[in-house]
Amino acid sequence: MTTLTPASEAELSEAVAAAAAVGQPLEIAGGGTRRGLGRPVQAEGTLSTSGIRGIRLYEPGALTLVVAAGTPLAEIEAALDAEGQRLPFEPMDHRALLGGTGEPTIGGAVACGASGPRRIQAGACRDAMIGVRFVNGRGEALSNGGRVMKNVTGYDLVKLMAGSYGTLGVLTEVGFKVLPRPERALTLVLEGLAEDRAVAALSAAVTAPFDVNGAAHLPARADAPARTLVRVEGLEAQAEYRAASLARLLAPFGEASRVDGDAHEALWRHVRDAERFAGREGAVWRLSMRPSDTPGAVGRIREATGADAFYDWAGGLVWLCLPETGDAGAAVIRAETARLGGHATLVRAAAATRAAVEVFEPEPAPLARISAGLRASFDPSGILNPGRMRA
Amino acid sequence: MEMPQPDARALAAKDDLVRRLTEALGPDGVISAPEELIAYECDALTAYRCPPMAVALPRTTEEVAETVRICASFGVPIVPRGAGTSLAGGSLPTADSVILGVARMNQALDVDYPNRVIRVQAGMTNLAVTGAVQGEGFFYAPDPSSQLACAIAGNIAMNSGGAHCLKYGVTTNNLMGVKMVTAEGEIVEVGGAHLDPAGYDLLGLICGSEGQLGIVTEATLRILASPEGARPVLMGFSSSEIAGACVADIIKSGVIPVAIEFMDRPCIHATEAHAKAGYPLDVEALLIVEVEGSDAEIETQLATIKAVAERHSPMVMRESTSEAESKAIWLGRKAAFGAMGQLGDYICLDGTVPVATLPEVLRRTAELAEQYGLEVANVFHAGDGNLHPLIIFNANAPGELEKAEALGADLLRLCVDVGGCLTGEHGVGVEKRDLMLHQYRAPDLEQQMAVKDVFDPGWMLNPAKVFPLSMSEGRRHAEH
Ligand SMILES: Cc1cc2nc3c(=O)[nH]c(=O)nc-3n(C[C@H](O)[C@H](O)[C@H](O)COP(=O)(O)OP(=O)(O)OC[C@H]3O[C@@H](n4cnc5c(N)ncnc54)[C@H](O)[C@@H]3O)c2cc1C
Ligand SMILES: Cc1cc2nc3c(=O)[nH]c(=O)nc-3n(C[C@H](O)[C@H](O)[C@H](O)COP(=O)(O)OP(=O)(O)OC[C@H]3O[C@@H](n4cnc5c(N)ncnc54)[C@H](O)[C@@H]3O)c2cc1C
Repeated sequence: MTTLTPASEAELSEAVAAAAAVGQPLEIAGGGTRRGLGRPVQAEGTLSTSGIRGIRLYEPGALTLVVAAGTPLAEIEAALDAEGQRLPFEPMDHRALLGGTGEPTIGGAVACGASGPRRIQAGACRDAMIGVRFVNGRGEALSNGGRVMKNVTGYDLVKLMAGSYGTLGVLTEVGFKVLPRPERALTLVLEGLAEDRAVAALSAAVTAPFDVNGAAHLPARADAPARTLVRVEGLEAQAEYRAASLARLLAPFGEASRVDGDAHEALWRHVRDAERFAGREGAVWRLSMRPSDTPGAVGRIREATGADAFYDWAGGLVWLCLPETGDAGAAVIRAETARLGGHATLVRAAAATRAAVEVFEPEPAPLARISAGLRASFDPSGILNPGRMRA
Repeated sequence: MEMPQPDARALAAKDDLVRRLTEALGPDGVISAPEELIAYECDALTAYRCPPMAVALPRTTEEVAETVRICASFGVPIVPRGAGTSLAGGSLPTADSVILGVARMNQALDVDYPNRVIRVQAGMTNLAVTGAVQGEGFFYAPDPSSQLACAIAGNIAMNSGGAHCLKYGVTTNNLMGVKMVTAEGEIVEVGGAHLDPAGYDLLGLICGSEGQLGIVTEATLRILASPEGARPVLMGFSSSEIAGACVADIIKSGVIPVAIEFMDRPCIHATEAHAKAGYPLDVEALLIVEVEGSDAEIETQLATIKAVAERHSPMVMRESTSEAESKAIWLGRKAAFGAMGQLGDYICLDGTVPVATLPEVLRRTAELAEQYGLEVANVFHAGDGNLHPLIIFNANAPGELEKAEALGADLLRLCVDVGGCLTGEHGVGVEKRDLMLHQYRAPDLEQQMAVKDVFDPGWMLNPAKVFPLSMSEGRRHAEH
């Protein structure tokens, strides 16, 4: 097991080209914290991006940030914070859930397309991305997009690179549109709602003109009642107005209490990082579906597997934790996504389970052909993270 | 502008092809009479015209698939078409092509308010989508100025933007799924009413691919609750530099306006002469900044913006306090393109530059315009640096079009040289095809063409666009 740590994009290109020449598979490593995501990679060598780091350009007045892919997320967040700005997509920190100890990098977050609760209003990781540089499986250093917010020059490979888990190229640089950090943020909490009522309440909140940017439901547990969360942000007066309007709108679902300050931060970290399942046994799944379909689907899955669940994205995202026996619930879960639309990803399970079960929702044949074609076109010798997404 | 030599075999197949298409689509689904083909010989880049061999106007996804299979069997390329409002020649035919128009597929299929999505046929116009949902208090956010005419199909292919994209994003940020016919005539669905892909982001790749990866027949779109209200403030400055600095400071202040529009002196004067909106004539640059929300929210946001602007010593600051005043402020901006039309023929460019370089770019633009002896007016979305320099020229004067195009190319190169790009929302089409190597290196474009190889191995869909012809030559002429 060798580890390569190139210090520049040029060195990284050479390393990939050399590996391609002899067909040596490489596992791409950022900070190691999301290494448990996807299928286990079948590789003897590791290619670390830790030597490729630093903020390349940050113009707060243009909401523009360009960073080297190996830059730790913490460094980026600190730089943004100093200017009262932030990444719009609220990337999840996988360390709690996966039990990792590394230092998450921006390249790792982008390669996993990690988008948090704000995704429903501010967009996904890919929506904030305005440019990439990457080295494909031939060792060619390529660029797409750039550093401006509006750019339709040629095909949008920026989106394609997001969430491709390092199977199309090794990211060396990523450009983002960033957003101002709001003056005020607070959350309304409704207690004791059943899941279908909760999703109806979340739907009412996000279909009102109050810019709700967090909408989650945490079903009851032995030690806590069910809580339905609606987050608003903005200038001080704006956030107040929005909260008051929403409290009136949601009155039919019960009386809302308010959470703000540190407790508010902690509450959304709990949702974002799936802390409910951290340190608990079991396989963890992430389902993306039409929001109004999820309470029914979860009910049936729970009946069959005893899963615990919670909801984000106004119901459109469901996190499940269930016993890791047999196929870890894959057949039951995928029966729902197949019938209702959407997809399910196995986020946490033992390596043996992740190698045996399709971690990512299988694609219909014509799309699977296109995906395989893209993989072959970017990485003809199949050396980048082989096996990570598909067997 | 160079277009590829028409393929003799394709031309020779015309009669058989039209017969087969007519069998499949019925006589009213196919146009082949020369006088009727004229209507399809160009898009909104009217300087370039070429009638296609035939036009197919299918009514269903199955008919689209059948059309694609028939054309493939004759080796005839297809140019997909929505409403033909492309400013880049995206839907310009070649002589050996069939235009596949989706204009007849213009129905809303399913509106789902609780989940904030609408499913439409791709030929529906952009404005009709908002029209279908506004009764319930919703709207579709991307709003190109051409929204009355342009189709969702064209919006997806070009990844179109609009005045409100600073807050709401462009088409790709509001597109959740498509039904698409592949180059082989297979029907596939990508995405849907759920968020994010199960594997590679194929939807993100399809959006903005200019009709080269498949024919989109249906789309699932995000709809949003309409804001409670919106109001602009108009500000005039003594220089473009100062206006540019003000834009940056507004953005830094933490307020994200829905729109920041910029007009320079030539544009203000032309517009005022035409629309009489009461714009100040003694300023060098004018900003229109709009915010949304309840009355109280609007007050708060405008107060912040005005305080920022005061630091830049505006010559004029006019805040709207009523619907009528808002209309008056927008009147000039909305009439700007029409006003330019009064001055002569114009080419509308679409480069994007980093916001910090705006003053420099505007200065270089004026210098280049003077060198060429042509007038250039600027009106653009300042918050995101998406410029629309309008080059005014006289199409009837010999050599003027070529001169205007040469100036246009210089201005777009300037955009790239300062760190921006060739096109922010109109697309490459044929117009910017041959400038692509100024922005990208050959291997960057090779990788993009390799993506087309995966979706369309025979290069049958809109083959003569986006990539320099010299680079795509081998692929377009390969034997399949
Ligand atoms: C010497 C060494 C020791 C390590 N020890 C441990 C350990 O003890 N425990 C542990 O869990 N891991 C360990 N790792 C693995 C490594 O730290 C992780 O794989 C990686 O660094 C995690 O970074 P991340 O958190 O940013 O996301 P990652 O987990 O690195 O990456 C997430 C996904 O994105 C891909 N990816 C990351 N960066 C890029 C990029 N720039 N371009 C394209 N794709 C990318 C990855 O291949 C992966 O599929 C070790 C690695 C090395 C080199
Ligand atoms: C006055 C005016 C103002 C404009 N303002 C704006 C603006 O503010 N913002 C902006 O972004 N643009 C603007 N445009 C440009 C233009 O309106 C957009 O590019 C629009 O999206 C084109 O849509 P269309 O339906 O007319 O497409 P067409 O012109 O018919 O086609 C455009 C491209 O889409 C492809 N295509 C069409 N249908 C399909 C399909 N079914 N499947 C796959 N590909 C397909 C075509 O092959 C072509 O490449 C403006 C144009 C005009 C004339």
